Amino acid sequence: MSKLTPVLSAHWDQKDSFTIDAYKRNGGYAAAVKALAMDPDALIQLVKDSGLRGRGGAGFPTGMKWGFIPQGDNKEHYLVVNADESEPGTCKDMPLLMANPHVLVEGVIIAAYAIRAKHAFIYIRGEVTHVVRRLNKAIADAYKAGYLGKNVFGTGHDIDLVLHIGAGAYICGEETALLDSLEGFRGQPRLRPPFPAIAGLYARPTVVNNVESIAAVPAIVANGAEWYQSMGTEKSKGATLYSLSGHVNNPGQFEAPLGITLREILELAGGIRNGHQLKFWTPGGSSTPLFTAEHLDVPLDYEGVAAAGSMLGTKALQIFDETTCVVRAVLRWTEFYKHESCGKCTPCREGTWWLVQILRDLEEGKGSEADLAKLLDLCDNIMGRSFCALGDGATSPITSSIKYFRDEYIAHVTGAGCPFDAAKSTLFAEAK
Amino acid sequence: MTTTNSVLNMEIMQSIIARYPRKRSAIMPLLHYVQSVSGFVTNEGIELIATLLEIETAEVSAVSTFYTQYKRSATGEYHIGVCTNTLCAIMGGDVILASLKEHLGIENDGVTADGKVSLEHIECNAACDYAPVVMANWEFYDNQTVESAKALVDGARAGNPPAPTRGPNRLVTFKEASAVLAGLDDGLAEEGIQAGIPTLLGLKLAKEGK
Amino acid sequence: MTTFANSATEVTPVEMITVVIDGFEVTVPKGTLIIRAAEKLGIQIPRFCDHPLLDPVGACRQCLVDVEINGRAFPKPQASCTIPVEPNMIVKTQLTSAVADKAQKGVMELLLGNHPLDCPVCDKGGECPLQNQAMSNGNAQSQLTGYKRTFEKPINISSQVLLDRERCVLCARCTRFSNQIASDSFITLNHRGALQQVGIYENDPFNSYFSGNTIQICPVGALTGASYRFRARPFDLVSTPSACEHCASGCDMRTDVRRGKTLRRLAGDDAAVNEEWNCDKGRWAFKYVTSTDRLTQPLVRNSEGVLVQASWPEALAAAAAGLKGKRAAVLTGGRITTEDAYGYSKFARIALKTNDIDFRARVSGEEEGNFLAAKIAGKFDVHYSDIDSADHVLLVAFEPEEESPIVFLRLNKNFKKRNLKVTSVATKGSIAMDKLKANFIKVAPGAEAAAVATVALTAKSVILLGERASESIGLISAAIALAEKTGAKLAWIPRRAGERGALESGAFPTLLPGGRPVADSAARVDVAAAWGIDSLPSEPGRTTHQIIEALSQNELDAVVVGGVDARDLLRSNKVLDVLKNSFVVSLEIATSSITEVADVVLPVAAITEKSGSFLNWEGRARAFDAAVDDSHNRSDVRILSALADAMGESISLGTVSATAREIAQLGKWDGTRVAFTTVNEGNALTPSGDQAILTSWRRLLDMGTLQRGEDNLAGTRRQTVAVISQKRASAIGVVSGDQVRISNANGSITLPSLVEDIHDDAVWIPRNSFGSQALIALDAVHGELVTVVKA
Repeated sequence: MSKLTPVLSAHWDQKDSFTIDAYKRNGGYAAAVKALAMDPDALIQLVKDSGLRGRGGAGFPTGMKWGFIPQGDNKEHYLVVNADESEPGTCKDMPLLMANPHVLVEGVIIAAYAIRAKHAFIYIRGEVTHVVRRLNKAIADAYKAGYLGKNVFGTGHDIDLVLHIGAGAYICGEETALLDSLEGFRGQPRLRPPFPAIAGLYARPTVVNNVESIAAVPAIVANGAEWYQSMGTEKSKGATLYSLSGHVNNPGQFEAPLGITLREILELAGGIRNGHQLKFWTPGGSSTPLFTAEHLDVPLDYEGVAAAGSMLGTKALQIFDETTCVVRAVLRWTEFYKHESCGKCTPCREGTWWLVQILRDLEEGKGSEADLAKLLDLCDNIMGRSFCALGDGATSPITSSIKYFRDEYIAHVTGAGCPFDAAKSTLFAEAK
Repeated sequence: MTTTNSVLNMEIMQSIIARYPRKRSAIMPLLHYVQSVSGFVTNEGIELIATLLEIETAEVSAVSTFYTQYKRSATGEYHIGVCTNTLCAIMGGDVILASLKEHLGIENDGVTADGKVSLEHIECNAACDYAPVVMANWEFYDNQTVESAKALVDGARAGNPPAPTRGPNRLVTFKEASAVLAGLDDGLAEEGIQAGIPTLLGLKLAKEGK
Repeated sequence: MTTFANSATEVTPVEMITVVIDGFEVTVPKGTLIIRAAEKLGIQIPRFCDHPLLDPVGACRQCLVDVEINGRAFPKPQASCTIPVEPNMIVKTQLTSAVADKAQKGVMELLLGNHPLDCPVCDKGGECPLQNQAMSNGNAQSQLTGYKRTFEKPINISSQVLLDRERCVLCARCTRFSNQIASDSFITLNHRGALQQVGIYENDPFNSYFSGNTIQICPVGALTGASYRFRARPFDLVSTPSACEHCASGCDMRTDVRRGKTLRRLAGDDAAVNEEWNCDKGRWAFKYVTSTDRLTQPLVRNSEGVLVQASWPEALAAAAAGLKGKRAAVLTGGRITTEDAYGYSKFARIALKTNDIDFRARVSGEEEGNFLAAKIAGKFDVHYSDIDSADHVLLVAFEPEEESPIVFLRLNKNFKKRNLKVTSVATKGSIAMDKLKANFIKVAPGAEAAAVATVALTAKSVILLGERASESIGLISAAIALAEKTGAKLAWIPRRAGERGALESGAFPTLLPGGRPVADSAARVDVAAAWGIDSLPSEPGRTTHQIIEALSQNELDAVVVGGVDARDLLRSNKVLDVLKNSFVVSLEIATSSITEVADVVLPVAAITEKSGSFLNWEGRARAFDAAVDDSHNRSDVRILSALADAMGESISLGTVSATAREIAQLGKWDGTRVAFTTVNEGNALTPSGDQAILTSWRRLLDMGTLQRGEDNLAGTRRQTVAVISQKRASAIGVVSGDQVRISNANGSITLPSLVEDIHDDAVWIPRNSFGSQALIALDAVHGELVTVVKA
């Protein structure tokens, strides 16, 4: 039996998979009909029972998040889907939405109904024109079909869904920054408390969920909590999309139960590119501390990865082989955090400014061994001192790479420059 | 200011505002809309948005400078973004960017003299399994090489760019793409493939029982 | 100086919480932030973005401390400026936690990393929170040795405010102030990350009436004022607590002087009044004190009719000769201190033996005079705190942002914090009304009274009545009736700083000091006894307008004039003619149209050169000392005392402090008050054709005498426009920006038009702005017919 469990991805290979016809042909929107006949609280309980946890990185139990919304408070409630997929290495939501946007629309209908929201938003990053087209068309078609708008499915419930398109800011993946951005402000994180469940969008109770979390809901409703629970590990239930990229023979999306290992995925993917060895990898995007070959058998679930010193994050498995200079890789990520720091707090805004300079000097052979101590001290002054997790994330590649590859940093100092040939790392290196 | 508000369609702007329960939320799609008309965020666009949303011009300007997709000076008709985040950079993005700069004779954030192509290094664009990735007007060009990227910009300058890898059958212009990002329908949603090979890899293996 | 205000603050029980900070217990009200609880113990946690009057933001991360609640410690240090205390909370600051200390030093290093080392040329040096806290909570050396962020050095974000982005630590105090306190979001944080910077939109400068506050709360030298830049080092300044002379808001102030010259004025801290804010006029309009036309020597008109310098004895003798035994009156103007007003009041009664004295150098009427005597004098029962607890505030003939900016800030605070309902009966909408989302009851000029009668208020409501209420017949009566019907509190807010004090001091035709009615013989006996004289004149005095009229009819011979500007009066040209033909003693700080026609000119001290006090609109005393001590001028009261002596009379008010003591001893009247006689509303005019009814008020920044010499401030003023309704604009074929001409038999004013929310029958122009001086050009301000045509 396959180790893979395609649920979200089950019908992606149909050429018209993104159309409403194809989605319905494959049983789509039946879960919404079923859900709308249920008591909203029972729906929340169902999602709680399924064990579904947030797929955007933090892994917070989805049903519990829904349960935080005060009921009977006579306030508008909002559902906001976080489709601002921007964490380096993360590439699951965009292909999902390009291939099957309707599963998200159906998930939105169910989730909005469960939390008694009449208004839902999908906040999608702006740099994906075609994904925007597909999703906007799916929403329009769902309106036409009577699945959105007034009296959805003839049930008397009203659910409006607005696609909000971002404009290039990684920080808007942080849920409170996303809300500020959606309200028409610069996307900077908000002070918490109050938490979005109490005062989110327009200061009203709001649930913010990742695309994959909401997209998982129709299948849970259709197949039941037990079915979902049957996949995964003790505390990390269900299946999820693992995104494999980098120096592998066959990169791509692998939908598998939580707890699968990188070794198993690499076997499926035909291994590291021929003639090369695994050097380091990220388990869940660049903000999660690096792993090396010694972590090949770490179960890729929330607990397993945490126990090994990193985070499951977005399950973005970026694979780098021995041709890759770790200092160059870390410098580039650090430049990314500097570019994306929102500027609100001192440690992140100022810290990334200096981290980049020190790493650039090191990469160019202009650094010294003392710079390593300086890097670690700066990371100590950023990690846990910043306003939000962006600053923490910026330190992850640095501290973890120094932990595993200190000698390589030193080699940049003593050898007066980078000992690697960058050309050898490229996809087209061998073709030349 | 040389341009006039007459090209900004009030009906469209009001329809964008009407999407939201509170009108300030419309600021981002309105800025995309201004770019779809002018190719960048103009002063008149900022002033009109401020008037429509009943906020200060400084508040609109503040938002427009926060997000990298909003440009305060003219972009090329084809805006090329080369991903140089770590994975793409290492897989070839750095080489591609360097060669495009040389090929086009412009620096990062530059525009060719003919106004056809602008170039920008971009961060991770959520297509890592297709690395190295180049975006043209925010459409995907997957698994790029120096040669394919040069062919893209050459085609763009000649007025016949190759179609995106995962996108519609032709590459739309920056202004046309901006209209899509303003939430306006260009009727191209059903063009192009539903998924590339990496996207389908896991499903294929599962079906093969692996 | 007696404080007239009652401290009748309601005490509601507050839940108290005890926490332990650095091993010491402290008990504070629930909701208190850790950083402020620590202050109570004398523990100073370093901070930049934190400001007690702004919403917590937690951005700078300088105030990190270790926190533990119920034995459970937060895994990482927390921003003490964002977390309220809780029961069983234990806090360890930099004093007892190595982690907190390291965190703070780390943040400080990062803040300094990109900060320029230009302290030696920075205006903030010496009073800089960054400098000070870098010393107290920073490392001696930095490990950050790369290249610093650079920006173009200071850029003007208004004619008054300069921004040095290199120095900015991005605490966002300035942008939060502008947004949260002033509702002027003209400055914002722009860009992001390390390039984040404060800025304006390029076509719209930071022309907020409150912009100076951002400079004051900037914790570094990023924001500076054009008027003070490079003028002084803080340690060379001598600071004196002072009070603002510009309006009746009553701001607490600080005046900083170096070598006898006022270099800057700052907002003082008075939670009951201006909190920590003031307006830009109060902050920057002080150059008039040192303007070139300042009077320093007495002047006496010689036999050839030319004003020539004279010695003080000569001048006093000349003045005494012209006044003694003559039918003389007193016009004090509205800018005088309470003590000076008392001096004029006593001088009029003793030396001139008359009640012909009036402080109102503006358009005013008999209904107002009756109202002030009956309902305002001696009553101190409405305060800023009543706005804090009001369920509804009604503005009548009062544009708060233009006419009493700190009252506006208080209204805005209550609107923002608790959605205070504000209604305004006015002829024209305003920026302030938009900010307050006020219910705008739009009326034609002259029709205000009927509209006021319809407003639904309760006993928890407050009516704020502006001085312009006197320009609409029956309006004051309507406001009184509404207050009496609903139980709402009624406050009178004059524009000028000295009016309330002058009223209480008896610089008024029907009142003696302390609100004692002239007509009441017991009151006269009271005052006569205190002053050690046999009797006081019993005939009620004349008002300003009546005094001018009497001078012109030769029913009066002479007049003593304080700080009066003839341009503030109706028929100002006639006023000057009348004064030219009368014997005039002018007490002034600078040459004016009045001094030019005066027979004797006695130079007096400006506000920064003397001590004294004002009563603000609440009746709250705002006392101040001389900030500049080497002035050769002196307060009016001292000169009046000398003048009385020269006339052979004695008012015995040799010093300001002696005067203040005498005022306090005299106390206020507790006898029967003057009765108020209701005045029926006037007949509203009906304009036809091109006619409109004129309405106007003063802008905060305009051609006011006390704003002279400060071009940077003038550069931030609002545009001078004529406001008309859409209907009228269509009728005369203009769009906003087109020139319109407003005219009557007396003259005309041509201005760019602005189509806005105004009554169709009305046209509004600023009363005393550049290009629009209604009194001079039209001899009309409100309720009179004018013609409005396209120019």
